[in-house]
Amino acid sequence: MTEASFDSQGAPARKRTSLTVTDERTKARNRAETRFRAYGVAAICVGVFFLIVLAFSIIRSGLPAFTQTVVAVDFQLSQQDFDEAEAQLFKTKAYEGFLIEAIRGKLEERGLEADFDAGAIERLLGKPGSTLREHYRANQQDLGQEVYFQLAAASRVDGYLTGRVTRDTLQDSRFLQMSDLDLIDELVAVGVITRSFNWNFITGADSGVDDPGGAGIGASVIGSFFMMLVVLVLSLPIGVAASIYLEEFAPQNWFTDLIEVNISNLAAVPSIVFGILGLAVFIQFMHLPQSAPLVGGLVLTLMTLPTIIISTRASLKAVPPSIRDAALGVGASKMQAVFHHVLPLAMPGILTGLIIGLAQALGETAPLLLIGMVGFVARGNPEGIVAGFTEPNSAMPAQIYTWASRADPGFYEKAWGGIIILLIFLLSMNVLAIILRRRFERRW
Amino acid sequence: MYDTQNKESALSQDDIKISARNVQVYYGDNHAIKDVNVDIEDKTVTAFIGPSGCGKSTFLRCINRMNDTIDVARVEGDILLDGENIYDPKVDPVQLRAKVGMVFQKPNPFPKSIYDNVAYGPRIHGLARNKAELDEIVERALKRGAIWEEVKDRLTAPGTGLSGGQQQRLCIARAVATEPEVLLMDEPCSALDPIATAQVEELIDELRQNYSVVIVTHSMQQAARVSQKTAFFHLGNLVEYDDTDKIFTQPEDPRTESYITGRIG
Ligand SMILES: Nc1ncnc2c1ncn2[C@@H]1O[C@H](COP(=O)(O)OP(=O)(O)OP(=O)(O)O)[C@@H](O)[C@H]1O
Ligand SMILES: [Mg+2]
Repeated sequence: MTEASFDSQGAPARKRTSLTVTDERTKARNRAETRFRAYGVAAICVGVFFLIVLAFSIIRSGLPAFTQTVVAVDFQLSQQDFDEAEAQLFKTKAYEGFLIEAIRGKLEERGLEADFDAGAIERLLGKPGSTLREHYRANQQDLGQEVYFQLAAASRVDGYLTGRVTRDTLQDSRFLQMSDLDLIDELVAVGVITRSFNWNFITGADSGVDDPGGAGIGASVIGSFFMMLVVLVLSLPIGVAASIYLEEFAPQNWFTDLIEVNISNLAAVPSIVFGILGLAVFIQFMHLPQSAPLVGGLVLTLMTLPTIIISTRASLKAVPPSIRDAALGVGASKMQAVFHHVLPLAMPGILTGLIIGLAQALGETAPLLLIGMVGFVARGNPEGIVAGFTEPNSAMPAQIYTWASRADPGFYEKAWGGIIILLIFLLSMNVLAIILRRRFERRW
Repeated sequence: MYDTQNKESALSQDDIKISARNVQVYYGDNHAIKDVNVDIEDKTVTAFIGPSGCGKSTFLRCINRMNDTIDVARVEGDILLDGENIYDPKVDPVQLRAKVGMVFQKPNPFPKSIYDNVAYGPRIHGLARNKAELDEIVERALKRGAIWEEVKDRLTAPGTGLSGGQQQRLCIARAVATEPEVLLMDEPCSALDPIATAQVEELIDELRQNYSVVIVTHSMQQAARVSQKTAFFHLGNLVEYDDTDKIFTQPEDPRTESYITGRIG
């Protein structure tokens, strides 16, 4: 009783305030909160803006790589023409002549002037005669039939249509002349020159330095795929086993502390260091084949392991210890507690870490420089699984790097196109990570 | 200090389930249990009481070696279960914990279905030969945990989706499902309403027929209601250990008296 009365006297007199009137302190706090929210929204806007700019410029520069300029003509060759051409000395010239006839026909049909020579066609199409000849020699049943040909146009024609080459910048050369541009315009008008989807870019292999039109990223996608397979198969079990041991079983002493510090440091080591390590150990010492996805995978495994171990340990740590107590309390062994209860709960985190590690490895270029995967020109897709691992190949980021460093401007858009493909893979891996996390989390 | 010598002579060896001799527990430098000697009888409910932080949970965890899982914890002295030292290097703590079940202070159901929570122990110990037997074990355990009526229609629902009190009863059911010989309960009723508390107390009383039950509680009334023996801990010391009636009517130590009358705590 006495205490109560003391309290009411000792406390400073409180003014009666209405709840409907906000006082100064509350107002100040609300202002601070509003300000903070504005900062947050502004930060997100800046981020989204840069993302949009990036996505826009990548798509704009890369999309032309997915289409290619073709000269499309219906073409009819009789048995007699074929025999005549085969009897001549310059056989491909004869076929080229047929093509020129056909194109002239197209132009004249529309009443356009058809004044061009074989040189112009060669500048536009390279050596179309041999393509035609090969087709007819292989498919003699097509003789006398109407055949629809799509012949890949030269890189500069492509450049003219995509705006890379303009009338102002063009200098007459053996590659392209001003008069050719008029011809191209006419051919576009009559629909002989069109753009079509470039499957070869997605499925094909790299071409030589002077043929950007024929370059494809397919072979290096396969190279990357085999590399990721190596990384997955090695780093998942090793990484998860190491983390479980360190987190759940290892005694706490200076030695495990040392290991822990080392793992954190390894995660921060620049990837090129792993590359030179791979060169020294896997290629020079163990004599594994150079430029092979197997070696690339091994190097990337070394690089990914610390990431996977750190994220796995973090997700194991996040499992409440009461779950371990509960399992041990009903008489489960430590291993049962870990595998029956802790690991399933840590799974979403482990998978996320794994996929992020893989995505990182997929986009890594620097270590591949040192083991010879950059600059290697894969002429075709590997034959068989073993060859996929051991035959020299390129990888997506290495291929992009190679293209970006080539002189022909046609490779520039190929590099951007390659980046689009790479980003599609990375995005789908991230989506996969999200889906897996949801799936495992939804269980509880 | 309480004298165990004359008590021991009055009891035959068979009656004593657990006996602790000179048990010391250190958490790093913190001496949490100081030289505790106690004999816990079979087919008896023993209550541990004492102010918060006095080491009740710590001592309880010594009995099934759960302190092994705490890196900084160090246990000295001997604890005998049926005459065998459970801290003998030859003892596998996993085997020990199958015999000495535990209900923790905070309810900790597995994030699995209610059924799987209870079935987990019997499964890993191979107590059921088939699904029907397992179903039966689960049902019996849930009934003894006084939660069967509430969950019988949703055995596949997650155990973590139950209310706090229901979770605790689920944990009790999980602990009794493995048929332990000793059941350690760390404040099992702290999250329960009076009805569920009464049910759990009934269960404890029933378990006494076959098992030895050790219960930590902050409720004097509960200790008085369910236990036959009471141990009073204070600052890591076992101050007094005697028949419950005696502790609550004529405690020998002034500290015990002050605690049960509400003056220290
Ligand atoms: N895991 C731990 N690590 C370090 N010290 C601990 C740990 N657990 C308990 N302690 C310490 O040991 C002492 C006894 O703790 P304990 O949990 O046994 O108390 P308690 O009697 O169960 O208290 P309560 O009634 O509040 O549950 C306390 O001083 C506490 O700080
Ligand atoms: Mg406690």
